[in-house]
Amino acid sequence: MSFAAELRNVTKNFDGITALDGVNLKIQAGEILALLGPNGSGKTTLLKILAFIEKPSKGEVHFLGDKVTEKNFEKKRMESTMVFQKTILFSTTVYNNVAYGLKMRKMSKNRIDEEVSKILRLVKLDGFEKRNAKKLSGGERQRVALARALTLNTKLLLLDEPTANLDPKTASIVEEVIATANRELKTTIVMATHNMFQAKNLPHRIALIKDGKIGEVGAPTEIFRNLSKTLASFAALENTFNGTAKVTENGITSVDIGNGLQIETTAKQRGTVSVFVSPEDIILSKNRFDSSAKNIYKGKIIEISDLGSLVRLKVDVGKPFAVQITKRSFNEMALNLNTEVFLTFKASSVQII
Amino acid sequence: MEILDGLIKALQLIFSGDPRILEITLRSLFVSGSATVIAALWGIPIATILGLKNFRGRFLVKTIFNSLIGIPTVALGFFLFLIFSREKGPLGFLGLLYTPTAIIIGEAILVAPIIVSLAASAIEAVDPEIANLAKTLGASEAQASFAVLREALDGIFLAGIASFNRAIGELGVAVFVGGFIAGVTELLTTGIKLEIDSNNIDVAIALAIILLTLVFGINLALNLIQRRKK
Repeated sequence: MSFAAELRNVTKNFDGITALDGVNLKIQAGEILALLGPNGSGKTTLLKILAFIEKPSKGEVHFLGDKVTEKNFEKKRMESTMVFQKTILFSTTVYNNVAYGLKMRKMSKNRIDEEVSKILRLVKLDGFEKRNAKKLSGGERQRVALARALTLNTKLLLLDEPTANLDPKTASIVEEVIATANRELKTTIVMATHNMFQAKNLPHRIALIKDGKIGEVGAPTEIFRNLSKTLASFAALENTFNGTAKVTENGITSVDIGNGLQIETTAKQRGTVSVFVSPEDIILSKNRFDSSAKNIYKGKIIEISDLGSLVRLKVDVGKPFAVQITKRSFNEMALNLNTEVFLTFKASSVQII
Repeated sequence: MEILDGLIKALQLIFSGDPRILEITLRSLFVSGSATVIAALWGIPIATILGLKNFRGRFLVKTIFNSLIGIPTVALGFFLFLIFSREKGPLGFLGLLYTPTAIIIGEAILVAPIIVSLAASAIEAVDPEIANLAKTLGASEAQASFAVLREALDGIFLAGIASFNRAIGELGVAVFVGGFIAGVTELLTTGIKLEIDSNNIDVAIALAIILLTLVFGINLALNLIQRRKK
């Protein structure tokens, strides 16, 4: 197995804070590796080191067979590119945004034209060339950012929370494009995520990261089957709860997650488990309503974040749940901090990991 | 009545294309324009360093430039007069006193703090991730800095306009190092002063109208160009 990149004992300090602490990590050529960890665990810093934006304070980086040095640092940048979590666009047209990296590679105008229209088709933004990038919707902007990175066809592609803050439709386009790039262009991909479900399905391997240190590394099935200590300590992961599962008389699995909360799931498992519910699968209502869904909880809104066309809420029902709704619903329901709401989701939406 | 009379005569002067008024106008535009360009040439690189780099003493340098924005033109003009003074001034040997070049140098010093302060603020306001974005797309350090400058272009442009306005409207520097030499150093501002002193109110009004129209017209035109680009 050849390695696209390798970090040897890499430490990174910023103003007295240790963001990465003696990280050893090998990234295999052609794989999709997910860095799974809570916010502030060092994922973004690790990606920036692999993107050659930041230099390690200590340790070595090897990339495509060479040790990265002061001398070849800027050159190595040409073979690795990163898509940031917060979409950043140059204040110009979509064309100029996507063409920027190609211009840096001194490509001819004709070829740039071709490449730009090809990649915009792939991310389903054909004909957007002359549009002002800053005036696009959130999902379109994120796709421009992805196209701008993909068109460079670098050996290594780094994605920081690629589908966080996206509506489900855009998220699925983005996931599809990532999988295609890896399969057809053999691009090695490292993505940071705190979404367990995404980590379980998209990557070949997962590296758990916490407090700037890499924990277990392995295939998703291994990582989730053995429910490692590191993973279990990721209480900060969104909508992920640790608890004890038992199968009830009517064949439904009930997981006791503490604070008097039981979550029902169709998955069959007993003993200590972690459960995950995607924020998009939770229905939020002001009144309790009759439905076939098994999980209904009453709680109060404790946090509101505006994501453009979407609003993400944190609702305390005994444990905090993240819920994602459209801004239109948010306004129509006249929601606010401390508003009492009901959360409803199906037993089949609950994943045991 | 005198003012109304003066206004009518002034408009007649402007629309008859009086050669002296035309010459003064063009010289004013040239002097203030050159001063702004020179100030930009050395001010923007300083603004870029102040806006992008973190170094010891950065705050002090910024504070100095910020306070120099309000420097009284008369004080600056007087100091430059002493420096350029042909007999005793340290730079007297250059023979620049009472030439348009001296006014350009003086105004370039006068407006540079405006360019430095406003442009540095505009550069600082750019999302710090823009430089990282340019880098991850393959830019070198210098190209990444350039990408940040381009994002700050609107603010830098505004800094240029503000500088030009200050240059074309100031009197202190122009009087002290330019004097009132007809056909050589006479500008719109010094012209107005001279004509009032000589009791030619109509000519003074004509020059004042031109000065106001220029400032307003140039700002309007530049803003329209800027808006069309968006």
